[in-house]
Amino acid sequence: MAAFILRRLAQSILVMLVVSLVAFYMFQFLGDPINQMVGIDTPQAEREALRERLGLNDPMIIRFGKFVMNAAQLDFGLSYQHKQPVVDLLMERMPATIELSLVSAIIAFCLALPAGVYTGLYRHRWSSKALLTLSLIGISIPTFLIGILFIYLFAVILGWLPSFGRGDVLTLPGGWTTGLFTVSGLKAIILPATTLGLFTLTLIMRLIRAEMLEVLRTDYIKFARARGLTNRAVNFGHALKNTLVPVITVTGLLLGNLIAFAIITESVFQWPGMGRLFLQAIQEVDLPVMSAYLVMISFLFVVINLIVDILYYVVDPRLRVEGHGGGH
Amino acid sequence: MRKAFTALAVAAAVVASGGVADAKTFKWGFQTDTSSLDPHAHNVTFTLGFLGNVYEGLVRRDADLQFEPGLATKWENVEPTRWRFYLRQGVKFHNGNDFNADDVIFSYERTKNEDANLRGRVVGITDVVKVDDYTVDFITEKPNPIIYYEWDTWFMMDKEWSEANGATTPTNLSKGVESFAAHNSNGTGAFMIKERQTDVKTVLVPNPNWWDKPQHNLTEVIMTPIGQDATRVAALLSGEVDMVYPVPVQDIDRVNKNDGTSVLVGPELRTIFLYMDMFRDELLYSNVKGKNPFKDVRVRQAMYHAIDIEAIKKKIMRGLSDPSAIMISPKLFDKSEGFARLGYDRSKAKELLAEAGYPDGFETRMDCPNDRYVNDEQICQAIVSMLAKVGIKSTLVAEPKAKYFARIAPKGGSDYAFGLLGWTPGSFDSWNVLWNLLATPTPDMGRGLYNYSGYSNARVDELADLIGVETDKAKRDALIEEAFKISTEEVATIPLHQQALAWGKRDNIELKQRADNQFRFYYVNVK
Repeated sequence: MAAFILRRLAQSILVMLVVSLVAFYMFQFLGDPINQMVGIDTPQAEREALRERLGLNDPMIIRFGKFVMNAAQLDFGLSYQHKQPVVDLLMERMPATIELSLVSAIIAFCLALPAGVYTGLYRHRWSSKALLTLSLIGISIPTFLIGILFIYLFAVILGWLPSFGRGDVLTLPGGWTTGLFTVSGLKAIILPATTLGLFTLTLIMRLIRAEMLEVLRTDYIKFARARGLTNRAVNFGHALKNTLVPVITVTGLLLGNLIAFAIITESVFQWPGMGRLFLQAIQEVDLPVMSAYLVMISFLFVVINLIVDILYYVVDPRLRVEGHGGGH
Repeated sequence: MRKAFTALAVAAAVVASGGVADAKTFKWGFQTDTSSLDPHAHNVTFTLGFLGNVYEGLVRRDADLQFEPGLATKWENVEPTRWRFYLRQGVKFHNGNDFNADDVIFSYERTKNEDANLRGRVVGITDVVKVDDYTVDFITEKPNPIIYYEWDTWFMMDKEWSEANGATTPTNLSKGVESFAAHNSNGTGAFMIKERQTDVKTVLVPNPNWWDKPQHNLTEVIMTPIGQDATRVAALLSGEVDMVYPVPVQDIDRVNKNDGTSVLVGPELRTIFLYMDMFRDELLYSNVKGKNPFKDVRVRQAMYHAIDIEAIKKKIMRGLSDPSAIMISPKLFDKSEGFARLGYDRSKAKELLAEAGYPDGFETRMDCPNDRYVNDEQICQAIVSMLAKVGIKSTLVAEPKAKYFARIAPKGGSDYAFGLLGWTPGSFDSWNVLWNLLATPTPDMGRGLYNYSGYSNARVDELADLIGVETDKAKRDALIEEAFKISTEEVATIPLHQQALAWGKRDNIELKQRADNQFRFYYVNVK
């Protein structure tokens, strides 16, 4: 077990290194950060001096080496645009992103579960078909457009919900900010969380439906029915329970997706999270912010995958055989 | 006793509610957040415009951009290379410290720091001398008639406060040292920053001890950055904010038709223009080999004649542009009415091309940003098709500003044949335009930094030098006129238009729109 985890950890570090190298290399093609940092009539000599001082003239391999060394100590330097430590910037914005992602995951899951079960059990009803058609729309309309539509409907026309921002936030001990305990904060999260969660909702709903259909065909359901158990006991006690195992795994992974792909939603709703920070960083060629964000997101995925792998290892005894080298 | 207490409580409540009734909170949203609170860190219009509410310079510009006394009550050129500034007495910083000559000298030293993006404001100054507590002399290397032209955004900081908080230099990016002043402020201006959450909101309150008489009736200002155009407009339409800018050209109608909101439009100072490579011996991306058609003035004139500027104004800018004949806004140069654009004339263009030896035209490439100026990419598309009609066939490369500016810069290999740019002279003065856009580029790029045409005329260079040191306004204007006349006749660049500013606001808001797109809250009134 320990050897397996160690091996997986080593692999994870390698993955992180490759991801950062690729990211680092791609940034070469984004444009010149100096242009975004100085005034339009700044003389050439001064631009050159700034480039030199920032180490932008060093060979890429040296810059990458420096970056990795510093990143290992959680030092991502100062943002070119904000002139603040990148770590502070990310930490300041992380609560907003995590809150948004969690709430949208909850919304998605709470709606997807009943809808999935319903469409699985009663797949010939017109209401099921309507739900499936609706979910198809949810998948095909781009997030950006859904966000704008929501804003026009609920903020401009109806005036029920705010069109941008996070509302009032409270600062909890430890510096974590939350909008979940204020009225304006709760109102502000509804539209972006729904927008962000829509795709996940559709996905989970369809997954649950497919799994339900699958499970309902199996022998033990037939036997359960034959034993005269109530529909309720069969559908929820037996079928749904067995459906949920893969669904939970997928939902876990989707949470990572939600955090990573909150970028567009954050940008539409002016949500002060990490995604928007990243988007702005791209526009302004703010290299330190971009690198740090990418490293962080890949770290998140690597950790989630590591946990999933370890869980599988624990759950599935077949995996362990190989670990012992077939010594029995 | 109890009665007295109740009476007191009621009185207090009345006062409090009275205060609430009079409270005028003004909420507004802009595209981005101010990049820093440090007044010397970042030379960007929006940041400086915002900080102009908190900090002040020695001079100030009013709503029509005319100079007026700021922290200096008057100034004079005592010798050709010595400017004397008389400081306003009794001015206090927000923390209560006095403003005096030491602060001016300190601010000068701080701005000279290599991490100060505003170094350009004090370039050419050799020394700053304290005459007495409220008089300061600036000594310049050469006579400089426009020494204070950019000083409305060169802000004065408090020496004691900066020293006490370790903010004597702006943030040092290479050493990773952050300045206290990046997140805290202590100006002399009309407003004080009460709360600052980077990228979320910034709250300001009026400075009760401001030396000037406030023209506003605000008790609080809340600034929110709203990056997405659609969201920003929606926030205004839904009444969540009182004012937003910029409003995209295509949304102006919508905002005007909405009850209670309207768009305030006015010409901006920025001139949008085309540059053409006339320095290479062979034009890039062209089927013409061994020579460069743009070196021939007739080809450049033909391009000029081929552009239907009114169509661009009507179709692309939706009426919100002022076609221009020279490289500076008419607002900024008194003799500008003596200039006219070359007319739109397609047959004349073809004639000129034939005369120059290109009866069938030629092929090349046009470079354009797509996120920098109002409808920049659409303008370029239109120009490409207009030029094609006279035989100049060009493929359009439109890309984000970060890539575009890097590629067309000399460091990026000056990778262009011709393209589109915009320019606002920071000093609001013609010399800046002549020096940066029309004077022959020097190898170190001290001059001709954005002269991407590579235009070179000895007389224009000479005039630029003369204008730089001429202190007599009439003589100076005549020199400027001559320089523009030469460069216009030789079609060094093709000026297109000044784009319009569009500020969306609720109808109960009164404000003054400055043509430099800087927003001063001290003109805002909420009715």
